[in-house]
Amino acid sequence: MPADLEKSRGAAAAALADVAHEPGAAKPDPIVVVDNITRQFGGLKAVDVGHLEIQRGVITALIGPNGAGKTTFFNLLTGFDTPDTGERYLNGKSLKRVAAYKVAKLGMVRTFQLTKVLSKLTVLENMRLGATSQLGERFWAGPLAFLWSGQEKANTERARELLRRFKLDAKENDFAGSLSGGQRKLLEMARALMVEPELVMLDEPMAGVNPALKQSLLGHVKSLRDEGMTVLFVEHDMDMVRDISDWVVVMAAGAVIAEGPPHSIMSDQRVIDAYLGAHHDTDISDLDPEEILAEAEAEIEAEKEGNA
Amino acid sequence: MDLLTNALHDAFAPIAISYVLAAIGLNIHYGYTGLLNFGQAAFAAVGAYGMAVLIVSFDVPLVPALLLALVGAVLLALVMGLPTLRLRADYLAIVTIAVAEIARLIFSTSFKQYFNARDGVQGFTADFRDLNPYGEGAIGFSRNDLWVITVGWLLVALVLAFVFLLMRSPWGRVLKSIREDEDAVRSLGKNVYSYKLQALILGGVIGALGGFVGALGKGSVQPDSFNTDFTFIAFTMLILGGAARVMSPVVGAVLFWFLLTFMDVLLKRITGDGGFVPGWLLNPDQTGNVRFMIVGLVLMLLMIFRPQGIFGDKKELAIDAR
Repeated sequence: MPADLEKSRGAAAAALADVAHEPGAAKPDPIVVVDNITRQFGGLKAVDVGHLEIQRGVITALIGPNGAGKTTFFNLLTGFDTPDTGERYLNGKSLKRVAAYKVAKLGMVRTFQLTKVLSKLTVLENMRLGATSQLGERFWAGPLAFLWSGQEKANTERARELLRRFKLDAKENDFAGSLSGGQRKLLEMARALMVEPELVMLDEPMAGVNPALKQSLLGHVKSLRDEGMTVLFVEHDMDMVRDISDWVVVMAAGAVIAEGPPHSIMSDQRVIDAYLGAHHDTDISDLDPEEILAEAEAEIEAEKEGNA
Repeated sequence: MDLLTNALHDAFAPIAISYVLAAIGLNIHYGYTGLLNFGQAAFAAVGAYGMAVLIVSFDVPLVPALLLALVGAVLLALVMGLPTLRLRADYLAIVTIAVAEIARLIFSTSFKQYFNARDGVQGFTADFRDLNPYGEGAIGFSRNDLWVITVGWLLVALVLAFVFLLMRSPWGRVLKSIREDEDAVRSLGKNVYSYKLQALILGGVIGALGGFVGALGKGSVQPDSFNTDFTFIAFTMLILGGAARVMSPVVGAVLFWFLLTFMDVLLKRITGDGGFVPGWLLNPDQTGNVRFMIVGLVLMLLMIFRPQGIFGDKKELAIDAR
């Protein structure tokens, strides 16, 4: 890791050094603040978050078991879904009744767990769409190419630059629909960056991406932080979480159950119970099967006794 | 030989032009933006009736009447779009088809002093015909038809050029992206609702232009010209040409009218006196309907063997299959 990268992580960690390791802890410089947000689907309370702050300029990971409400929480933050109760703020501004596209304009841009690339547009066109404040996107200016061609050229330059970073530059003229699942993840992330967001929200960015590319993606995400962006991501890949996040928020059954820097979260008993499992740190093949069996039997026994 | 010339005539006649324009409008709705507008007939009707009634009942000169009728089309698009475009695509389809039928019923039953029920409106073409520079008819068209055709195809050329420029602009890119996935577009900070409304208005206004040409060609406006067939035939033409291609509505419409007339003349010739098809199988009175069956069959075959239409790109279809 280059020295300056190390330094910036150091700075991010320093900013969070005094923050308590407990759910709802106050941060020195929050970009997003959430208060008492709930979202009910029929009888299921999918999200019920009391208070949560996301620190500016750091990488925050959101982890939790399947069905914990992480994606719903994402939708609520970005305006793709409306909470039943509660408030959320971006840079101190309330997002109540703010449409999803306006949230994006305010600087909070997301990707989707199930990628949404625009299949029948080329990779480059997908990228160009991401650019903001395009004069050519106005109806009256559309036919007058001389008005927007300069801006389009600059956007194309920036798009190519990003595509190179994400190793998609050879594909720029292919239909996005012809990309593989992993490549679509990359394209979606690159496209989100075209918006030049303040806060980028990645929903499982590493799912389906091969190991070599994963390494370089990790580098990209870190460099986003170094450029001053805030990153919030949902991920099941614990290596990634450990490697790049400065802060980890753990959700289970719709609520935030723990918060803290990665090393302390990984050893938090509640997190291990709810999500990681006791052997999350060991390679499965290294475990002694008999030992596991014995442990499981002991647990079952204990439960039986508890019930009795 | 007159079989071909007849068919060619009809393929370029005023009525064909009005369908070309309606189909270009649908191309913007459906081809580029993915909006299912099944009420294109209403836009053409509002254009035609707007122009005719303003001229006949209110003595408005031609050009202001045309402009006001276009404003009417914009209002109609707002009526259809404002409540539905936030909802899923199928709601728009249902609302448009209902609005089109309501419009047709209003024109055929209400405000009889203006719309004159089923007889429709006549006597609005004088101003337009006064502008006719042609001394006499030519190539089998009357003097009047020739003038309508000249103006009509010029209008088509202008509209196509405009659509071409728009669709290769960033504005067009947003529309095509909405067709693919609105949420993705929303997540990038674009106001999808506003773009959909703009697309609905633009396509509707072009449909109203189609209404003008049809009315001026016929010299009258009747409610029955704007039943649901109108919309579905325009859709057929669009799909025949291949959606989301600038030229496809033109080629689709011309080919469709050519086939339709060709079949009509051919069937008339081979039935009745002098034809070899016996009367119990097919008599000349039935040919008008049978031609639709045959053209329908031809279209089915085309869609089976070339589903992307004439201009479509097979590569794009392959993506859909994934």
